[in-house]
Amino acid sequence: MNSRRHFLKASVGAAGGLMIGFHIPALADTPAGNPELNAWVLIQPDETVVIRIARSEMGQGTLTGLAQLVAEELGCDWARVRTEYPTPGQNLARNRVWGSFSTGGSRGIRESNDYVRKGGAAARMMLVAAAAAQWQCAAADCAVSKGEVLHQATGRRLSYGKLADAAARLPAPTDITLKDPREWTLAGKPMKRLDTRGKLDGSQIYGMDLTMPGMLNAAIRACPVFGGKVKSFDATKVAAMPGVKKVLQVDESSVAVVADTWWRAKTALDALDIVWDEGPNAKLSSADVAATLKAGLDADDAVAFNTQGDARAGLAGAVRKIEAVYACPHQNHATMEVMNATARWTPERCEVWTPTQNGEASLATVIETSGLPAAQCEVYKLHLGGGFGRRGAAQDWIAQAVNIAKQMPGTPVKLIWSREEDMQHGRYHPVTQCKMQAGIDANGKVTALHMRISGQSIVAGLFPQNIKNGLDPVVFQGLNPGGAEGAFGYAVPNLLIDHAMRNPPVPPGFWRGVNLNQNAIYLECFIDEVAHALKRDPLALRRELLANSPKPLAVLNAVAEKGGWGKPAPKGHYRGLAQIMGFGSYVAACAEVSVDRKTGELRVHKITAATDPGHAVNPQQIAAQVEGSFAYGLSAALFGQCTLKDGRIEQSNFGDYPVMKMEHMPQVEAIVMPSGGFWGGVGEPTIAVAAPAVLNAVFAATGKRIRELPLRLHSLKA
Amino acid sequence: MGQLNVNGNPREFEAEPDTPLLWVLREQLGLTGTKYGCGIAQCGACTVHVDGVATRSCVRPVSTLSGSEKIVTIEGLSKDASHPVQRAWDELDVPQCGFCQSGMIMAAVALLKTKPKPTDADIDAAMTNICRCGTYNRVRAAIHLAAGQLQRKQIAITIQTEGGAA
Repeated sequence: MNSRRHFLKASVGAAGGLMIGFHIPALADTPAGNPELNAWVLIQPDETVVIRIARSEMGQGTLTGLAQLVAEELGCDWARVRTEYPTPGQNLARNRVWGSFSTGGSRGIRESNDYVRKGGAAARMMLVAAAAAQWQCAAADCAVSKGEVLHQATGRRLSYGKLADAAARLPAPTDITLKDPREWTLAGKPMKRLDTRGKLDGSQIYGMDLTMPGMLNAAIRACPVFGGKVKSFDATKVAAMPGVKKVLQVDESSVAVVADTWWRAKTALDALDIVWDEGPNAKLSSADVAATLKAGLDADDAVAFNTQGDARAGLAGAVRKIEAVYACPHQNHATMEVMNATARWTPERCEVWTPTQNGEASLATVIETSGLPAAQCEVYKLHLGGGFGRRGAAQDWIAQAVNIAKQMPGTPVKLIWSREEDMQHGRYHPVTQCKMQAGIDANGKVTALHMRISGQSIVAGLFPQNIKNGLDPVVFQGLNPGGAEGAFGYAVPNLLIDHAMRNPPVPPGFWRGVNLNQNAIYLECFIDEVAHALKRDPLALRRELLANSPKPLAVLNAVAEKGGWGKPAPKGHYRGLAQIMGFGSYVAACAEVSVDRKTGELRVHKITAATDPGHAVNPQQIAAQVEGSFAYGLSAALFGQCTLKDGRIEQSNFGDYPVMKMEHMPQVEAIVMPSGGFWGGVGEPTIAVAAPAVLNAVFAATGKRIRELPLRLHSLKA
Repeated sequence: MGQLNVNGNPREFEAEPDTPLLWVLREQLGLTGTKYGCGIAQCGACTVHVDGVATRSCVRPVSTLSGSEKIVTIEGLSKDASHPVQRAWDELDVPQCGFCQSGMIMAAVALLKTKPKPTDADIDAAMTNICRCGTYNRVRAAIHLAAGQLQRKQIAITIQTEGGAA
């Protein structure tokens, strides 16, 4: 292990790069002989506290939050903490002592908080026991503070670094009591991130930045038509181009050029003639997909998921019916760092260095693709230049990298996608449409609601074996009949929420916020429509329907109050509201916009957003996630769509897939309001309220109801 | 064999004349702090300074440069992340994934050189870099902080607990 670390460091020096701050986070960095108290905590003689983090850091701050939770229980000096990633291979070899590595679904902290805190607490108990043994006193007479054990009666102290060796020899405690979160002093506080420095001076090594001695670089092109294959390619023309080492077929649908530098590989690939067998989807267009989904809105094959009373009868008997159809397009994740992986394969061993949201899934892909036993494979995780779900469930780029490396045994090859490849071979935010129908009684009450979703299932695309009886529960995020994940908050006596699955041949994926995004647009814009149709205040109607749902009501009331709802807005400014529960948290937003009716220009001025995640481990990082959620959510709502023509994605880069920039970004006021008693996620839920809050404000400003996204397809001129 | 002046040092490289500066920096000179994001000057992740001017190195052919222009990359901005813009970034905990931040910082430094007290409109016009994590508001605040126009407390968040707002 050590030799590999030195190998990497030496290589960076040889390439002329800076050595400062270079750090490949892996257990390889642990000097031999340092005492590991347990899988989570290692304390070095110089008092450095190493906290192992199993989940991936991709900007969401989970690395800092998980370290806070461990450190809170450990009682160490926060200034001495550093973190490292265990490797997936070590996790496998140690009977999954670190649990899941999967970093998605806003689960990083909420799923692992219990066992990582226990790791910190167990280590603290061992350190105290070691001190008590030395002082020949009872452990109960000792306290801990900032990396020291104190004997309260005599004032004696011993530092963790001095105790660690003895503590590591003690048996692991089994009876562990965690602190009441109300007693936290480190967790729950707005702490700065641990991983900022390397992002300020360029020293943070992302997957794309890795270099090794003898490493070559690969550029790849897969058939642009989904389901297409390579028919033939003529390598002779490019084989003699500068730096080119090999032109090879990667798998049935892609071709790569391997060269000494990536730029030369890409230049040669651009000159390579590839003939594709475009397959059965060669004529498919977005209009075809939309027509299929539209038919699903009234089809008989829908699967019901949330049913109360009898919505059909309720609608039939209603005094008044309100109906609207909405549509959301495919979206690309567009992580700033494109897909990449470095692989080295020999007949004995296969290793991959990559940014991944799920190291274990990466390792499984390496094992499967390399043809080697699990014990002869390893994955080293590197910081991610964005994830947003793209680097989790699907590990397509890793299979490609291994397939390339297999054809060049012993040579490390770094595969980097071009932005164009990344845009055309995403795992897209699924395309859905929704027909909303509400029944109103003679008293103006909403007595029936039918929400029919038609469209793509992520689970059917990624894990078809998990689809039972046509049901993909992920499709119904935020619309569940109850539960801790994403309950439908509104009380409607006759409710039917069902899904007609329609899967176009465009690979779907988990895209930050997942189906909660589309569902919140459908539900929250439609509730706004119902309010306006009934001449009710949208806040008042929501409050009425949420009367028995105190937590959603609390976040809604918070944004209404802080966002100025019901009070005069600045001249020409209009407001819109949205709320939803998802990923275990309650969120709401109040958006304030203006529209220049001469030019149609929309300005989103300000958003007030509230989050109740139960326990808030780091309010400052929660606020950062909330702010960022509006950039991601509004990029999609205002600009983003991936369209199909001739079976391929038409967009190629940020020129034709525009995203929000500084000039579009509203002020965001984040209200973090942890009510305690549960653990909700924060990386995703707020995305879902971004679009509907703004679209409802746009309606208030213009009277135009945008039901087909993105907004830029529509004119807001008077 | 070509010559460049990078971060105050003469550097030699071998690349075809149409190779973008970005890839010479990353692959020939080992300066990987400058990032590839789009290759078409849309995202700004590759921003460096050429004679003090923010330049998107992904579309700048290396043949248009000689050893006479002073090129500065994120690695050359300061020895220890002590440039006022880096310090402001640190103070406000700006980066999330961080991949775009080298370009953001380089663009901000160039902006402050020409406009030491930029308005929000100046920032909107100059800072056209893409950040997918959505750090824009903190980038804006950090630029104002570096320009001496913002107090730390002005971008505080609201934390409401059962005991009330903190």
